[in-house]
Amino acid sequence: MQHFSPSGLSLPSPSRRTMLRGIGGAAVLGAGIPLLSACGGSGTASDPKTVTLGSKASDAVPKKAFADIYAAYKKKSGITVDVNTKDSNTFQEQINSYLQGTPDDVFTWFAGYRMQFFAAKGLATPIDDVWKTIGDNFPEAMHKLSKGEDGKYYFVPLYTYPWAIFYRKSVFQENGYEVPTTWDDFVALCKQMQKDKLVPIAFGDKDAWPALGTFDQINFRQNGYDFHVELMAGKASWTDAKVRKVFDLWTEILPYHQEGAMGRTWQDAAQTLASKKAGMYLLGTFVAQQFTDKAALDDLDFFAFPEIDPQFGQDTVEAPTDGFMMSKSPKNKAEAVKLLEFLGTPEAETVYLKSDPSSVHASTKADTSSYTALQKKAYDMIAGAKSLTQFMDRDSRPDFTSTVMQPALQKFVRDPKGVDGLLSSIERQKKTIFASG
Amino acid sequence: MTTQTTKEIPEAAAVPPPGAAPAKKVSQGHRRLLTRRDRLTLGLMAGLPTILHIALVWVTALASVALAFTTWDGIGFDSIKWVGLENFKELFSNNPQFWPAVQHNVIWFVVLIVIPTPLGLFLAVQLDKRIRFSRVYQTAFFLPVVMSMAVIGFVWQLIYNPDTGLINSVIGANEPGKYIDWIGDPDLNLWAILVAASWRHTGYMMILYLAGLKGVDPSLREASALDGANEWQTFKNVIFPTLRPTNTVVLVVTIIEALRAFDLVFVFNKGAQGTELLSILVTNNIIGESSRIGYGSAIAVVLLLISLVVIIPYLVATFRKERRA
Repeated sequence: MQHFSPSGLSLPSPSRRTMLRGIGGAAVLGAGIPLLSACGGSGTASDPKTVTLGSKASDAVPKKAFADIYAAYKKKSGITVDVNTKDSNTFQEQINSYLQGTPDDVFTWFAGYRMQFFAAKGLATPIDDVWKTIGDNFPEAMHKLSKGEDGKYYFVPLYTYPWAIFYRKSVFQENGYEVPTTWDDFVALCKQMQKDKLVPIAFGDKDAWPALGTFDQINFRQNGYDFHVELMAGKASWTDAKVRKVFDLWTEILPYHQEGAMGRTWQDAAQTLASKKAGMYLLGTFVAQQFTDKAALDDLDFFAFPEIDPQFGQDTVEAPTDGFMMSKSPKNKAEAVKLLEFLGTPEAETVYLKSDPSSVHASTKADTSSYTALQKKAYDMIAGAKSLTQFMDRDSRPDFTSTVMQPALQKFVRDPKGVDGLLSSIERQKKTIFASG
Repeated sequence: MTTQTTKEIPEAAAVPPPGAAPAKKVSQGHRRLLTRRDRLTLGLMAGLPTILHIALVWVTALASVALAFTTWDGIGFDSIKWVGLENFKELFSNNPQFWPAVQHNVIWFVVLIVIPTPLGLFLAVQLDKRIRFSRVYQTAFFLPVVMSMAVIGFVWQLIYNPDTGLINSVIGANEPGKYIDWIGDPDLNLWAILVAASWRHTGYMMILYLAGLKGVDPSLREASALDGANEWQTFKNVIFPTLRPTNTVVLVVTIIEALRAFDLVFVFNKGAQGTELLSILVTNNIIGESSRIGYGSAIAVVLLLISLVVIIPYLVATFRKERRA
């Protein structure tokens, strides 16, 4: 359409009509903005045979695994699940405005504080009636995880994955290492690995969240599950001697962590474990996704974070759980309830895990016969746990963990000597954030 | 002479020609000719952009200033709570990232003005001599400017990655003991990013100066050559003074670049230790599932005030100059 003249002098000016058309277009665009943000398959809302579902599962593997569940449900009930998938980061960033706009009937989300937060804000529907049907499928710990602060159920768990210390069986065999169960054994093993020219603990904190996991493990081993909950809820003080002790223990093992963690992603750190340059790595079972070589994957094993205080032993397991919630006013509530009942069955979980074997069932009734050795171990670890935690950014206010804790722990890892000033700074910032309601 | 040069300097096109003043008279003469439809059209043409401008620029800017004195988690309007200056108090006294961020924005500006700007001028002067393959060089130096900052961030990460990056692999600094953490070490990472930013800024400055140099009257060079000045003297005493308007543009562009610095750092390491920037603090506080919109707005207001302190004197100076003309 545009005519460029070589001289640059005789450019034809656009006629009034084209200008007007442009304005009209802009007006339509402007009117289109609210429509865009409301896109959630609203066109099919009145269809009783359809339930809409907002999904953050945008990666290929989970996307297919979720699609398999919905296909199985359609086969069983004749109801179509109209899925609206968004990029997972975008979904998380926009969850706020998404739930306040015209959300889908059901949406994928996380258990723990992050679920309770939206439940308390009235942006989700309580689903006690769903739990009457599916309750028996889940262990007590999962019941606890699925309730809001008001004691009502808001969440249907689908799968979970524990955090643990991963290692290569062959490396331990060749060097005659034994799995450490106490803190002293663990420190001694780190020292030995360093002598053997291995990086004792692989570490990458470029994305700022992996260090939160290390803090969690030391904290609930040293101070127990209850203190973890109090601290995360903003009730316990960060200047408490108990917290200081966590950082002292961390300082003790920090020299055995991989150098330059702040410039390395967890994927790169996982590669040092895969290539046998590192001896151990503390992460969730999703670390297995980085083991593309079948032989290396079979060689991968893990053990629970060692005991620090015998009073608490190893009874707490960090196991983030993902699942579903119902939005505040679903258009097709009757069918949404039925869908959630199906999603809470061992059957739905099994369909999911068939395509994505890096996690385990949230239900204890599920069929575990097709599990890999790693999955079996993960499952036993969770089933045997007295308490389950959800990871710092799911157990506490996300604004606190992302704007205060992530930079603070990065600072600590770089300069462990400044811990006292750091802790009082965290405590001061925590007070303002938790006071803001 | 000046009228001749203004035609050739592209930036000068933004300044209205001195003949624009009698426009008022002309429009009055045409008034009778406007039909109702014409008036409607004009109304739409002027009105719609005005409404859009007010809604998208002024209302949002003023709203964020107002929100800076509240706390709000972004859920429902009834959760907005007035807290007065609390956010600013918190920011100035309690946020460990705030002052480093201000400092880094200043460093960003100083580095851009001290390194890539003279370098861009130098390259422009060389290219202006019509050396052979001058177009090839011009394209090569300008290429980074065409790329998006996010892409530049990805490209430079391949160079800086401490484990597998180009630099550490070549000098063998990816082993324990000799490790150099270009992205994570707070004493290094800001400078590493500034190299990438300068790499782009040099090309930008070069093009601006090249345009300025094309506008220098050749007779000036001739005259100075006749007076027996050498190349450096010619540049210092004759050419550089005529580049004054270009220098103003360069200064403003660089200030803007320093204040809006964001994308490169966000891609590089999300503004972690050592690379905090005001723009990144704003984003971190506002975007997310339970956001601190009031607090984030307070940081945005600080950024706005800094921008105003820089821009108002510039605008005042420019308008004064125009009036004189």
